[in-house]
Amino acid sequence: MSMRTLSRKIVNVVMLTLTGVCAVFTVSVLFLILGYLVYNGGKSLSWEFFTRLPAPVGESGGGMANAIVGSAKLLFLAALLGVPVGLLGGLYLAEFGGRTVPFVVRYMADLLNGVPSIVIGILAYAVIVLRARHFSTWAGGVALGFMMIPIVLRSTEEFLRAVPRSMREGAMALGASKWRMIVSVVIPAASRGIVTAVLLALARVAGETAPLLFTAFGNRFWSPGWSQPTASLPVMIYTYAVGPYEDWHQQAWAAGLVLLGLVLVTNITVRLIVLRGASAQRS
Amino acid sequence: MAAAHTTVDSESSSWARVWLRRLCTGDEVARLVTLTFALSVVLLTTLLVFQLWMQSAEARQEFGWSFLFSRVWDPVAGEFGALPFVYGTLVISVIGLLIAVPLGFGAAIFLSELAPRRISDALTFLIDLLAAVPSVIYGLLGIFIVVPLMRTLIQPALKSAFGFIPLFQGPAYGIGFLTAGVVLAVMIVPYIISVSREVLLAVPGDQREAALALGATRWEATWKAVVPYARTGLLGSVFLALARALGETMAVTMVIGNNPNISASLFAPGYSIAAVLANEFSEATGDLYLSALMALALVLFLVTFILNGLARILIVLTAHRGSGTAHA
Repeated sequence: MSMRTLSRKIVNVVMLTLTGVCAVFTVSVLFLILGYLVYNGGKSLSWEFFTRLPAPVGESGGGMANAIVGSAKLLFLAALLGVPVGLLGGLYLAEFGGRTVPFVVRYMADLLNGVPSIVIGILAYAVIVLRARHFSTWAGGVALGFMMIPIVLRSTEEFLRAVPRSMREGAMALGASKWRMIVSVVIPAASRGIVTAVLLALARVAGETAPLLFTAFGNRFWSPGWSQPTASLPVMIYTYAVGPYEDWHQQAWAAGLVLLGLVLVTNITVRLIVLRGASAQRS
Repeated sequence: MAAAHTTVDSESSSWARVWLRRLCTGDEVARLVTLTFALSVVLLTTLLVFQLWMQSAEARQEFGWSFLFSRVWDPVAGEFGALPFVYGTLVISVIGLLIAVPLGFGAAIFLSELAPRRISDALTFLIDLLAAVPSVIYGLLGIFIVVPLMRTLIQPALKSAFGFIPLFQGPAYGIGFLTAGVVLAVMIVPYIISVSREVLLAVPGDQREAALALGATRWEATWKAVVPYARTGLLGSVFLALARALGETMAVTMVIGNNPNISASLFAPGYSIAAVLANEFSEATGDLYLSALMALALVLFLVTFILNGLARILIVLTAHRGSGTAHA
């Protein structure tokens, strides 16, 4: 009996320790990634990286100014498409929804969110690139915009639902019509959450590479206007990492550091803001 | 009878009047406008299915179901078979799950059952950050860190220990199925952890307390009372992770070796559906070639779509069960 108790206790301690090891191991991967990127990327990150065009093959130096601007342009287009559609759609789910339509929309949004990004890229390719017969910034922006819609829609709905009922009832009691109440009470109350949602969605699509490969394609030079292929940071990282030149690898590390820095800083700032807001509301 | 008719008529006319009034105040306009945007999600999905279906028509007619079972992928000769890609995708996903599921469940149990709330929240925050790292960054580290490690250390060790199994035979290139599977595992662990932690936290406290009151140790209470209760939700998290793994593109493309070959050895270079789309889509010449790639995309889309649908249902089922018992 006591032997049995002992063995049960040993199993208890061993298994519980193992679960702790699993958690610590997973988290340490994050620091490993960060460490490698800072170490390798830091070496080749310089002022030139942000201001110069890529150097011709064989020459050292050069930067990725065109890719940084290209990524910004793509994100701008994505936000232009994804934010209004997602916002208004989320508004419907949270405020006007009946029973069947919101269920279907919510389910579709979740499923669409789980569709591999490369398939979304193929949709943009079929709709835009095949028609126009050439790669363009437009196509890349639309692909990223498609990806943003379900993300923004779902999180907007969540934040709108978190607005307390009493605020709505107060506005209604003052004689406001429903849309009046939404515009002047509900949206301002949820504005912080909505901005958060949009920023997180942007951070998510900023690192997407697969849908850009055959929509925005790539470009070693500046891409004027919106209808030409453009370089972007993630695609640049991919091309340079699989390329055969040591110089390219260095640049890929630097670009990786910049991209990961942007994504993580956005995530950390935004999540801390939300956490602080949530705890303020609770107290 | 007639009286009933008149009341119905007057009701419907009054309903129309109310509707008109609401239209004037703008409520109805706002509802219709937002409804349109909400439906855009449904429209987008329909458009996606329609495009993939239409664009892949040529390949589907040419090859039929044998497309999925033919091993020859020769764009020059115009022969397209998806088997090497389906095989590669399945193999790396299985390797990924074999590593990620125990690791993820272990970490999720630690976070939901053992760790104090504050530590659990902090670790979950870091794990969420891990999920936000772009795929191409994992690929970058895969190429320059994992591949050399595999080639010089892990694969030779596996070979000398388990070399009698065909899985671990053949030259150690570094790139290949095993490496892609390992990179995938690291990428999907955060998803498994965050979903299964939620699922475990939704298990009502009575479940734990009852087991502890019967004299179970902490681990026994977790393993025999909490985990079985959350079974469906945990399975849902695995499905979700599997869907992610199947569709993962960049990191896999960078380390799998990109060679349409079916080999028993895990060290051999292979190819996955997503990787072939990434590599060959922009240079597909000829309608049949493009159409075959579209058919691959259709397969990938359908599989992930169904897996995701199943996963959501399973997770919702557990959540409902949890809240239902808590109220009772």
